[in-house]
Amino acid sequence: MSNSTLTPAGKGTAESTAGTVAAQPRKSFGHWFRDKGWRHLVGVVMGVFALFPLAYVLSAALSPTGTLVSANGLFTTVALDNFIDLFSDPQKPFAKWFMNTLIVGLITSAGTVFLGALAAYSFSRMRFTGRRFGLMSLMLLQMFPQMLGVVAIFLLLSGISDVVPWLGLGSQTGLIMVYLGGALGVNTYLMYGFFNTVPKSLDEAARIDGASHVQIFFTIILRLVTPILAIVGLLSFITATGEFLIASIVLNDPDAQTLAVGLYSFVGDSQSRSWGVFSAGAVLAALPVMALFLFLQRFISSGLTSGAVKG
Amino acid sequence: MVDQLDTPVRSRTSAPQKKTRRSPDSTAGLLAKILLLGLTDAFAVYVLMALFMNEKWLILAVATAVTVLINWIYLRRGGLPAKYLAPGVLFLLVFQVFVVVYSGYVAFTNYGDGHNSTKEDAISSISMSAQKRVPDSPAYQVSVVEKDDVLSLLVTDPDGGVRIGTTGEPLEDVEDAEIGGTGKAVGADGYRTLNFNELLSVQQEITAIKVPLSEDLDDGILQTADGSNAYVFKPVLVYDEAADTFTDTETGVVYADGGEGSYVSDSGERLPTGWKVGVGFENFERAFTDPDLRGPLVSVILWTFTFALGSVLLCFGLGLFLALTFNHPNLRGKKIYRTIMILPYAFPAFLAGLVWSGMLNQEFGFINETLFGGADIPWLTDPWLAKFSVLLVNTWLGFPYMFLVCTGALQSLPDDVNEAARMDGASAWRIFRSIKLPLLLVSTAPLLISTFAFNFNNFNVIFMLTGGGPRFSDTNMDIGATDLLITLVYKVAFGQGSGRDYGLASALAVIIFIIVAVISAVSFRQTKALEEVNS
Repeated sequence: MSNSTLTPAGKGTAESTAGTVAAQPRKSFGHWFRDKGWRHLVGVVMGVFALFPLAYVLSAALSPTGTLVSANGLFTTVALDNFIDLFSDPQKPFAKWFMNTLIVGLITSAGTVFLGALAAYSFSRMRFTGRRFGLMSLMLLQMFPQMLGVVAIFLLLSGISDVVPWLGLGSQTGLIMVYLGGALGVNTYLMYGFFNTVPKSLDEAARIDGASHVQIFFTIILRLVTPILAIVGLLSFITATGEFLIASIVLNDPDAQTLAVGLYSFVGDSQSRSWGVFSAGAVLAALPVMALFLFLQRFISSGLTSGAVKG
Repeated sequence: MVDQLDTPVRSRTSAPQKKTRRSPDSTAGLLAKILLLGLTDAFAVYVLMALFMNEKWLILAVATAVTVLINWIYLRRGGLPAKYLAPGVLFLLVFQVFVVVYSGYVAFTNYGDGHNSTKEDAISSISMSAQKRVPDSPAYQVSVVEKDDVLSLLVTDPDGGVRIGTTGEPLEDVEDAEIGGTGKAVGADGYRTLNFNELLSVQQEITAIKVPLSEDLDDGILQTADGSNAYVFKPVLVYDEAADTFTDTETGVVYADGGEGSYVSDSGERLPTGWKVGVGFENFERAFTDPDLRGPLVSVILWTFTFALGSVLLCFGLGLFLALTFNHPNLRGKKIYRTIMILPYAFPAFLAGLVWSGMLNQEFGFINETLFGGADIPWLTDPWLAKFSVLLVNTWLGFPYMFLVCTGALQSLPDDVNEAARMDGASAWRIFRSIKLPLLLVSTAPLLISTFAFNFNNFNVIFMLTGGGPRFSDTNMDIGATDLLITLVYKVAFGQGSGRDYGLASALAVIIFIIVAVISAVSFRQTKALEEVNS
């Protein structure tokens, strides 16, 4: 990864003209290091810091014996035993957890995007009494995460269980509903800022052409704000799939649990013994999220920063 | 809500257009609307009926009102904003606003293990549980037999004797009983033995049979739960309805309603089963006066602040440093560095906590065994090292985000200021300190605040990495050196060790709520984040 210490003279000139006044014909190693070399050094050090836990868990997943001690020799031996064990334990149904997580994550993120977009559209495009109050309250609400009310959520869902069992404790539907309760608070403000960047003249032109507010929303606005939809969708997917606190009290049946709750049960008392199997599960659980993340990386960084700059 | 959407343009031209051009789409829209609203209403009716069957009148009334309101919003003309806001707001109100309010209510009750229902439920529960199985009493094998529509238990003593009896009729010996293969009496003269299917159908009557062991009631009674094994039960507590007291038949102690949701004896002894009552500020008082809780709670609050602030500073510092480092116009491999450094952010946080907890394991972990050559460093079990480890891991998780944010903010800084400063002869450090950093802080301040708020309640990292440990030695409760307030809430409410105490947990949640509210109120007043709302 590190660059060679030789500095091509031509490149050096281009750089130094950008930086200082005079271009030097030849640069010493010291100059190169002050200008760029230390950046590579930082990059390599931080790259190792960022990567080594990931490399470690991958090697632990591939180690054949599967205890915590044996995971320490990085990639010395490679076998797939842990992955086989992972899918063959009926007490810990990994495949089911994976599916559950996908279901909960996808429905939650789709619902969050939709509910958030509806609300952001009305805040951005309509003027009504209570609008300012609504925006202010949403902004304040986002400071208070749902998990503060975890006790009340538990009691509420156990109350719902008495009336409609498939919506209450132990059901993924109930969990999804709880997550959707947080949909507006966190995301509307982010989306609202982005919706505002779409010029209103577009709506007006469409309206003159006879489009209804629903058509404007679905055919014009939503297409123009795709980046923020992708970001909100991805972030809420990641939040929902990684959420442990509420999921652990709502989903009490192993067959209904998500990966976060399920994989946690791997460690605990027998951490050192089932480490390999856990690592295999961790790798499989993390891969889709990381792939998605890298795939949408450009969206994310631009979205985060636009959110940052706009508040 | 008043709809002011109509722009001048529309109000002038839309009247004739409405009929001609919008009609085909309106039909489709209307159909979709009818379908969606129909489904919603069907579901609502289902819930309402379930509520009716369960006789939950108050909730039924509220649910009916909500259903009517939803229909009104979508069936009337105009009120457009409400149509767009209603679905999200409904979820928000139920699962966030109501939940917070309800937490506030629970904080002022003694809700928890032993106090989770009404007084009536508690009384019947105490009376039931007072029928205590005598400790170490032997199991009696029984068969359920019937004579003249009266069910009796045919009991085989542990020593082989066979007797029969039923409620109100003490056991008496049976001659020539029919003995089954396992030495258990399965039939007697004049009685008909119930088969398995019959047992199932009269299960409730069977569990209600209470056979006195002898004429003396104090010897106890025999009861069976499944129709095949019976045990000796003795009544312990007797309820006196007139005086609203329980009397312990063994010791003679009288338990009276102590006014705090449980029955208390004169000597201050409490019956374990109580009921839910309002206790005012007792939970808050307890949090700050109970010696088991006061010291640890103060440490936890301090650590929560330290952790949140430390995480923000470390992540922002490192992120900013890296952003500056890689914000070089032509640095080779810049993209690769960036991609690699984003990876921790993409890795699910709960997994990161678990993976690092393995790596930092004192005996077998990678860090001690490989990096430190077999050292025995208590990364997660020494209070200070555990705090350090938690911060380290959280920095690992959080710096990529700040790196992204700072990179974006740096790139959006205007170049001319930079150039002007350089013309004036400012050094690179001076430019950074006096120009770039202040500008960066303006644009990232809201994010720093929300990062602080997030880390203030960063449950996953703490819970997965240390579980809050190592535990404090000066308390019996499960509180440790790296516990945040939110993990403390979780442990108090749903912990394994001590009983669940929803009231205290909610009180702690309310404390968090107040702290976060004060911080965000102060900090948002200082940033100008609210300005945009006013536009």
